[in-house]
Amino acid sequence: MIVAGCDIGSLSAKAVIMEGNTVIGKGVVRAGTNPVDSAKEAMAIALGDSGLSMEKIKKIVATGYGKEMIPFANAVESEIVCHARGAFWNLQTARTVIDIGGQDAKAIRMDKNGNVVRYLYNDKCASGTGRFLEVMADALDVSLDEMGKISSQSKEKLVISNQCVIFAETEVVSLVNEGRAVPDIIKALHTAMAGRVASMVLSIGTEDDIIMTGGVAKNSGLFAALSTSLKKPVHSMKNLDPQITGALGAALIASRMSEQ
Amino acid sequence: MSIVAGCDVGSLTAKAVIMEKGRIISSALLRSKTNPQLSAEAVMQEALSKAGLSMDDIRYCIGTGYGRKNISFVDKDISEIACHGRGARWLNPGARTIIDIGGQDCKAVRLDKDGNVVKFVANDKCASGTGRFLEVMARLLDIPIEEMGSLSSKSTAPITLSSTCTVWAQADIVKYINSGHKIEDIGAGVNSAMAKRAAILANSVGIEQDVCMTGGVAKNEGVVQDLEKLLGKNIKKMRKADPQIAGAIGAAIFAMESLNGRS
Repeated sequence: MIVAGCDIGSLSAKAVIMEGNTVIGKGVVRAGTNPVDSAKEAMAIALGDSGLSMEKIKKIVATGYGKEMIPFANAVESEIVCHARGAFWNLQTARTVIDIGGQDAKAIRMDKNGNVVRYLYNDKCASGTGRFLEVMADALDVSLDEMGKISSQSKEKLVISNQCVIFAETEVVSLVNEGRAVPDIIKALHTAMAGRVASMVLSIGTEDDIIMTGGVAKNSGLFAALSTSLKKPVHSMKNLDPQITGALGAALIASRMSEQ
Repeated sequence: MSIVAGCDVGSLTAKAVIMEKGRIISSALLRSKTNPQLSAEAVMQEALSKAGLSMDDIRYCIGTGYGRKNISFVDKDISEIACHGRGARWLNPGARTIIDIGGQDCKAVRLDKDGNVVKFVANDKCASGTGRFLEVMARLLDIPIEEMGSLSSKSTAPITLSSTCTVWAQADIVKYINSGHKIEDIGAGVNSAMAKRAAILANSVGIEQDVCMTGGVAKNEGVVQDLEKLLGKNIKKMRKADPQIAGAIGAAIFAMESLNGRS
């Protein structure tokens, strides 16, 4: 049985194709202005990746903020459930999922079967979301993808006291003008952002193991900062792009639906 | 001569007031420089030269504002809350609820009938509802911040911002601009978003009349009028001096009291 999951986020669209319990194709594209086009594009890449055509897919579940608009989806499921399902499939010992997307952040607690017990969701404040890092990368004129690597070269500890994107950006500009080293500034930004994320996670209570998903989970510097803030190890997705967790969860739900 | 001064070094502007016998004889307002000491010196110097005085003529000087701990020439420093409360009372002796919106913060203070602080709340964690929000939006609309207030009265169909966060609201505004909405309708929506945030703070300390506004945003008539509607109360105009220098006035009054208490 071949199924697919499609996750239409604010900044990127993701698709995952599964056969049985194996991921056989995936696609990630930057979201354009039209969610339907983005979904089609991500799906086309995933199909190409698996060498299949659309007719072979028995069931497709859509998730993400654009989920209701996807014409080829058979069903929709919430982002919370999909992220929990995807993370749990990858790491069965996971009980807490921290998912940071381009414009939101979620903390999800699961039971031993991977069912959602409690969650918290922030899309009201840009702090603690991918946008925080995006704005700072812009201000520092570095690539978003390299922030983790650059922060590992930090030698001196700096403190960024603001968590608000707007105020923290001002602090960054002052630090640059003071002649502070970019790796030190980036490390301080990771710490500030981790503080914001940790306070959200702690408010629903953490249970081991903790796993981080979403595009921001590709940033090794944030992983380190978050582990420090939570005083616990934070796991990463094994052998899988953390950005496709939601799409993976949607595919797993499609798979279960088609079995019934 | 008992000449005193108050110096309020804020995040975006620095203010100085020189008083003699309970009257303002000079005041100055400048954009903040790279460090609080430089801002304080520059603004004080301007106020002094306007009055034809030198620093030696000042018998007592009190500092306030976020940079107050870093001003070398002050005799003492006092919190912004106390200074704004005192300054507002001088501007309007009946003031009981004061809403102060500065460049990077927003405060609400409730005073008892003698002017003592009963309750206060402040937001300096989030840019929304502070002068910064207004500044970011004015820049997007490409109009001077001083002109933001007048947009409200020109607007016939104000937009409603769904996001509170400055970052998300910025994205909303760009969409409104691109979809051809009028500048005045967007500006009116920005002013009303500011008023909404301020109303939350004001209500949480409790509203008692007279209600007054201090800080730079008090000069934005759009925000003031929206806030009046939201609170269902008149906001008393303070014509005695610029509401933006209320903190520095309060500091100067405390300086006068310190001097009197000492002599």
